[in-house]
Amino acid sequence: MSNVIETAELRREFGPVVAVDGLSLHIEPGEVFGLLGPNGAGKTTTIKMLITLLPPTSGRALVAGYDIAREPRLVRRSIGYVPQLLSSDGALSAVENLDVSARLYHIPASERRRRIDEALEFMGLGDVRDNLVRTYSGGMIRRLEIAQAMLHRPQVLFLDEPTVGLDPTARRAVWEHVRRLRDDEGTTILLTTHYMEEAAELCERVAIMHLGKLVALGTPASLADAVGPDASLDDVFTHYTGGNLDEGGTYRDVARTRRTAHRLG
Amino acid sequence: MTSLERAARPIAWAEPPAAVRFVEDAWTVAVAELQKLAHDPTELLTRAVQPVLWLLVFGQVLAQARAIPTGHIGYMDFLAPGVLAQSALFSAIFFGIAVIWERDLGVLHKYLVSPASRLSLVSGKALAGGLRALVQAAVVYVVAAIIGIHLQLGVVQLVAVALAVVLGAAAFATFSLIIACLVRTRERFMGIGQVLTMPLFFASSAIYPIALMPGWLQALAKVNPLTYQVDAIRSLMVSGGTASFPLPLDFGVLVFALVVLLVIAARLYPRLAM
Repeated sequence: MSNVIETAELRREFGPVVAVDGLSLHIEPGEVFGLLGPNGAGKTTTIKMLITLLPPTSGRALVAGYDIAREPRLVRRSIGYVPQLLSSDGALSAVENLDVSARLYHIPASERRRRIDEALEFMGLGDVRDNLVRTYSGGMIRRLEIAQAMLHRPQVLFLDEPTVGLDPTARRAVWEHVRRLRDDEGTTILLTTHYMEEAAELCERVAIMHLGKLVALGTPASLADAVGPDASLDDVFTHYTGGNLDEGGTYRDVARTRRTAHRLG
Repeated sequence: MTSLERAARPIAWAEPPAAVRFVEDAWTVAVAELQKLAHDPTELLTRAVQPVLWLLVFGQVLAQARAIPTGHIGYMDFLAPGVLAQSALFSAIFFGIAVIWERDLGVLHKYLVSPASRLSLVSGKALAGGLRALVQAAVVYVVAAIIGIHLQLGVVQLVAVALAVVLGAAAFATFSLIIACLVRTRERFMGIGQVLTMPLFFASSAIYPIALMPGWLQALAKVNPLTYQVDAIRSLMVSGGTASFPLPLDFGVLVFALVVLLVIAARLYPRLAM
């Protein structure tokens, strides 16, 4: 079975800083794959390269079979992306947001309405479809964003910190929807998180990144076993990243995360 | 790297040809912008206050003083087209703020990961920036009619003025988008926006004829697209208004400026998301 995402020695520098340092990964079709690591580990940079927002300094990657550097438009057509920040426009209604996406992906007019209705139904947003998104709760916004990213039935869905700033109930609802997407649509999902519970709950395999490098890769259970008896994924994380106190994360990262949490909360 | 296998799955529906996609994508982006305005027109309406003040206060005082020789037409008739172009400029030049806002939120990323070309995205933004200015144009026309400015109300003239307003405002909105891509933060943008507006405005024929300017300012005015926009509007909007340049030149300069700015903006726009 061929891979949906393949990277080979992917590298990105920002001036003297090496944000991603020779990353080689394979992600299989239908897999929910978690990219873990402390702030500043290189998770978001990795995703930005894979979704063609950021050119790599060196190395290669194929997403859905297309080269991110040479066929960026074909990559974009095959993927959905929910950024850590807000991606639905608060000044538009849910229907208007979905309509923009449907049109940019050139979903035929005959199907547009039906897919938008289905997406709203699936995400439980049918009753508030014409309300401005700025009146939504954080959990509703996240569900809308996932619906928007899935409208064109992408092969791969990228979720960057999908539940940051959400309360536990809203978080569980997002998890439930992610699982249903994988089961019903067979969508391959790459998500980043620094909640170990989330990774253990959702991901078939996880990769732990630290200072731009891949430091561990495997199923949550196999990683825990390797660290020691009764180890949790939290212990695995601490083991490989040396504890995440005072490491990584620039002022801007922190400001962004807090701002997102504030808006969603 | 031969181990990288192709797993591409064909997309389930046929896409229109690239040229059709370009137009449709730009229109989609523009419509989204206009829907936002329709939901909350506050900003648009508050921006309409300024041109009214220019006409009612600044214009009336200078017309009384008879300080500025404007040939065979009165100063108010001379000024009204300038105020129209100016109000479009002032609202377009802060268009970039919204782009920075979208970048801070993450909405920008959504557009940039869609298959729409960068040029179509910025063209859609520019079109929205241009169309917004029509609201201001309408306000200026109403106020101008009330205070007795001699307007030309033929359909051809109205359509041509609308075109000049949209082209000019789209060009300045794109210019603003370029500045936004370069400075990236709202604070810096506000400072630079203020610094740019006044020279653009004063180095144009908006409130006084070019002939009154010192030589160096005349030279600046002649490379300022606003001058050509005002020139076209002046000859089309008011009775007896005359153009300093041929109309095809006025429109040609506006189209040329817009296209050049769009191409630059399309190059810079993706950098906002990096």
